[in-house]
Amino acid sequence: MMPDLGTYATEVTLAYVASLSMLAALIVWIWVRTRRVKRALQTLETRLKRTS
Amino acid sequence: MASLWEYANPVKFMKTSGWLLPVTAVLAAGAIVVGLVWGFFLTPDDFRQGSTVKIIFLHVPSALMAINAWAMMLVTSLIWLIRRHHVSALAAKAAGPIGATMTLIALITGAIWGQPMWGTWWVWDPRLTSFLILFLFYLGYIALWSAIDDPDTAADLTSVLCIVGTVFAVLSRYAAIFWNQGLHQGASLSMAPGTRMDWSYKGPLYLCMVGFVLLFLALVLAGTRTEIRSRRIKALLTRERAQG
Repeated sequence: MMPDLGTYATEVTLAYVASLSMLAALIVWIWVRTRRVKRALQTLETRLKRTS
Repeated sequence: MASLWEYANPVKFMKTSGWLLPVTAVLAAGAIVVGLVWGFFLTPDDFRQGSTVKIIFLHVPSALMAINAWAMMLVTSLIWLIRRHHVSALAAKAAGPIGATMTLIALITGAIWGQPMWGTWWVWDPRLTSFLILFLFYLGYIALWSAIDDPDTAADLTSVLCIVGTVFAVLSRYAAIFWNQGLHQGASLSMAPGTRMDWSYKGPLYLCMVGFVLLFLALVLAGTRTEIRSRRIKALLTRERAQG
């Protein structure tokens, strides 16, 4: 179901693959950082609650 | 109606963004997927550009967000400098990497489109050059945030950098008009009568633009929430150390 991109198939495919890869990388980076910081805060708050 | 300044309170911001984030993320994903599928699979080739016209559905929305992300950073930086609201500075910080990625996508897709259409990947055209400088400003902005330990000093200095870099954000938008030279054409979309683009392209393009705006909003909300949590970790650790 791939459209016929003619002479410029390489350029169009490259533009889509490069852009979507960069967007995916950005989203994954933000998501991973969000989870890591959220977990670190929960751990710290639990520890502080226990010690106090 | 709640005052905008209420969201300067981190608790209020976290509460509101907690439900707003998934809504914007789902709407962004829907708009981008439908817009790109429509644009890639269902639009005809242009009579001059051939299938490279399909690159517009990524290039224009990313270029739009590259400039508007900086505009958002300018507004939030000014709010920080004038009213000292921490959430505002953290929102600007969160927008930096997103704006940089959008600028990079615009530069790369532009180069890929330019090679077959202009016969070159790159020219030192006013708009292309100002966009490249804007990208360098984004990198400098991100680096400056990372380089300074004290968050308030970092917010102050990055806000000043943001104000200076606004010159290039404005130039990126209007360079083709200011200099009236170079390879890059003027605005692809216009409200003026006799607009040049057919609706078969405008439909998916508008949808992708809306999708990119919503994606930016979702990512800024997520990034700001993370920055607020990160700031709280630092505050708790400092308090713990002070208590011995």
